[in-house]
Amino acid sequence: MANTDAIVGWKTITFGCHVMEPGSSTKFRTGDWRSQRPVIDNEKCIKCGICWIYCPDMAIIQNKDGFFEVNMEYCKGCGICAHECPKDAITIVPEEG
Amino acid sequence: MAKRVGIEVSIALAEAVKLANVDVIAAYPITPQTHIVEHLSEVVADGEVDAEYVPVESEHAAMSCCCGSSAAGARTFTSSSSQGLLLMSEILFIPGPMRFPIVMAVVNRALSAPISIWNDHQDIMSQRDIGWIQTFAENGQEAFDLTLHAFRVAEDRRVSLPMMVNIDGFTLSHVVEAVELLSQEEVDQYLPPFKPRYRLDPRKPITMGPVGIPEVYSEAKVAHNEALKASRKVILRGWKEFADLFGRQYNPIETYRSEDAEVLLVTMGSISETAMTAIDTMRDKGQKAGLVKIRLWRPFPGPEFRKAAGKAKMLAVVDRCLPPGAICGPVGAELRSLFYKVPGGPKIFNFIAGLGGRDVTVERFEEMVDKSMVFAKKRPKELYEVIGVREK
Amino acid sequence: MIPEFEKFKRFKAKNLPKEELLAPGHRACQGCGEVLALRMVMKALGPNVIVCMATGCMEIVTTPYPQTAWKVPWIHIAFENPASVASGIESALKVLRRKGKVPKKHIDILAVGGDGATSDIGLGWISGALERGHDFTYICLDNEAYMNTGVQRSSCTPYGAMTTTSPPGKKSFGQVTWKKNVPGIAVAHNIPYVATASPAYFLDLMNKVKKAALVKGPAYIHIYSPCPTGWGSAPERSIEFAKLVVETRVFPLYEVIEGRYIMSRKITKPKPVQKYLKGQRRFRHLDEEHIAYIQQRVNADYEKLVRLSEIT
Ligand SMILES: Cc1ncc(C[n+]2csc(CCOP(=O)(O)OP(=O)(O)O)c2C)c(N)n1
Ligand code: SF4
Ligand code: SF4
Ligand code: SF4
Ligand SMILES: [Mg+2]
Repeated sequence: MANTDAIVGWKTITFGCHVMEPGSSTKFRTGDWRSQRPVIDNEKCIKCGICWIYCPDMAIIQNKDGFFEVNMEYCKGCGICAHECPKDAITIVPEEG
Repeated sequence: MAKRVGIEVSIALAEAVKLANVDVIAAYPITPQTHIVEHLSEVVADGEVDAEYVPVESEHAAMSCCCGSSAAGARTFTSSSSQGLLLMSEILFIPGPMRFPIVMAVVNRALSAPISIWNDHQDIMSQRDIGWIQTFAENGQEAFDLTLHAFRVAEDRRVSLPMMVNIDGFTLSHVVEAVELLSQEEVDQYLPPFKPRYRLDPRKPITMGPVGIPEVYSEAKVAHNEALKASRKVILRGWKEFADLFGRQYNPIETYRSEDAEVLLVTMGSISETAMTAIDTMRDKGQKAGLVKIRLWRPFPGPEFRKAAGKAKMLAVVDRCLPPGAICGPVGAELRSLFYKVPGGPKIFNFIAGLGGRDVTVERFEEMVDKSMVFAKKRPKELYEVIGVREK
Repeated sequence: MIPEFEKFKRFKAKNLPKEELLAPGHRACQGCGEVLALRMVMKALGPNVIVCMATGCMEIVTTPYPQTAWKVPWIHIAFENPASVASGIESALKVLRRKGKVPKKHIDILAVGGDGATSDIGLGWISGALERGHDFTYICLDNEAYMNTGVQRSSCTPYGAMTTTSPPGKKSFGQVTWKKNVPGIAVAHNIPYVATASPAYFLDLMNKVKKAALVKGPAYIHIYSPCPTGWGSAPERSIEFAKLVVETRVFPLYEVIEGRYIMSRKITKPKPVQKYLKGQRRFRHLDEEHIAYIQQRVNADYEKLVRLSEIT
């Protein structure tokens, strides 16, 4: 995927080629890579946070009710969360289309 | 006040580093650089300078350590030579584009094989394209002055590039000369404290050394090259202010009795002193010979060189390096490019001399000038000649 | 005992830091156990850290210009040298603090390399930095091969494993050497803290990282890091393998505090190694004889470790 942000000239490139904006990778949506997605069943969920701590893509976040949600912008659909959930509260379903 | 002392050149150079109030020194010993780093360890051990001396396990680690130190915002120095410089090679190319103003003294020495601890310029010429500012000292005073100048230029926020001072191994590094050492107050007047543009700091986290994807790699390389070229102004300004303060004026290119010369010897480093004697001898004999000395090698001072060469008909360019299989030596090639198709430009002859500690005597310089006269009439077969080498 | 450990507060499942210091959007493969381990390391350390990273998967996937996944100061110089870069940073901060040029506050310094960067090309650099006693933590993220360049063997590649430079063939069965004991080499430097960890045991991992950072002087942690791409394993099984490797005693978890070995998790009823090897394409070609050999060496190594924990 071409990185349009990178279109800079030698006069405008950052000093030393440093990246000045911390955490700017969030501009890159790795959710596009996904061919399957996790679906969390809150009925079964015991809010243990296992899915959250084992997600390699920081794609699981806790909402104010204490339940966990998947951020589809970044979830790559690896399936670790579903595989590790102690309550089988997560199912992996294929992405449509 | 400055004081004039008889001092070994290595020690004088190390004193300059001390007077620069260096923060971190990371170095690995190699002959003939050892006296510099030994003296620095001593002054750190005695608390004469408040610095960290990191006794790294190799030159590669030394340059890596210097990159980290400079990135963290410390005034950083190292020194190496020959095999050590080559062991650093991978990392030498990195502080330029990353804009780390590391200062290094390179004590020039031959390269193996066969192993040789003696002087020539093969080490630095093999690392010519590392993207550092590179100067060459001719004598002890210059070694001292150019080292202070190096900190001042490298760390200037408009420059922020690594810079090296080359001194010839043994023939310069180990000789005792009269050197005027500046006092701490004088040095402080000339060299402001190091204030890096960016540093590794959790309060303002930045990423240094990201992946140069193809969309950006060329721009990154050109940005570095342009910064190196633009450093010229600051280099000159640094010398001008040095002269204003301490009365010694340095220039990228120096000349000696060159005004009406037909042949100009071109030298770098400490052999220039012998070359001057040779010029005097030749002048006494009525030969119209002069000398051009290259002090600033990178960025190459093209306009100054052209001016210095003046109307001379011939250049006898001395290289202290034999690049196997090449058309000629690196300095020879540089100058041939500079004068390529310049109307009225000089004829350029290239002599390779003084390899691995072989003396370049007055007679040898005379031989080069004489040969140039002959070559001017009858083109030589090769674009260079190795001087003072036995065939049988 | 190490005095700094007195103020050590363990992470508990309930009080895990929410803050992510590695941002999403990084380009690691699906189910990458290495980036997951790195995420846990960073959670344990918090924001007051400078990271020096070796060339390798993690460096590539987190920093394609002009983006970075890093929210802490981070530097990459080359493949073999993050320990030297860390030495330079540590020395710089030390002197700059003395000279009043930076705040007095302590900053943790972390050097990270893959198994290739650590066990092979960078071993001398690490040895130098450990020996000199710099106050920093070195972490090896061990995915058991050079993944960034296309799965070539390293000296941490396990016996029998198939890589692109240890291919099984008519006259070969994959990697012919036993995994190099890099934690043991770190221990030989008489540094205050050495540990092994696996991301499956995240509390254990994070507590070890915290301890390593607390310790004055060098610390070394060797973290097992599943790589579905290089191992030919299912991405969803990364954590499962990170558990199995411990439960089969293939990768025991332990600490070495001032030379004393402490088993973090005694495996009294080990699962057969076969259970771990299955499901990874890199081991698929191994026959019973090889597996029996692996089982026997795993047993012997584990017993040796237990003995060390008893006598030290
Ligand atoms: C001096 C040098 N040699 C070789 C390479 C090529 N190279 C880059 S990363 C890498 C392998 C990295 O393996 P490892 O350290 O295990 O990290 P991983 O990618 O597996 O996380 C190699 C061989 C290099 N960049 N520099
Ligand atoms: S792992 Fe399962 S039970 Fe635990 S929080 Fe996630 S969804 Fe809920
Ligand atoms: S499928 Fe993988 S990437 Fe997506 S939320 Fe689960 S663990 Fe994270
Ligand atoms: S190759 Fe392996 S270690 Fe590298 S990013 Fe992919 S899964 Fe992670
Ligand atoms: Mg690896």
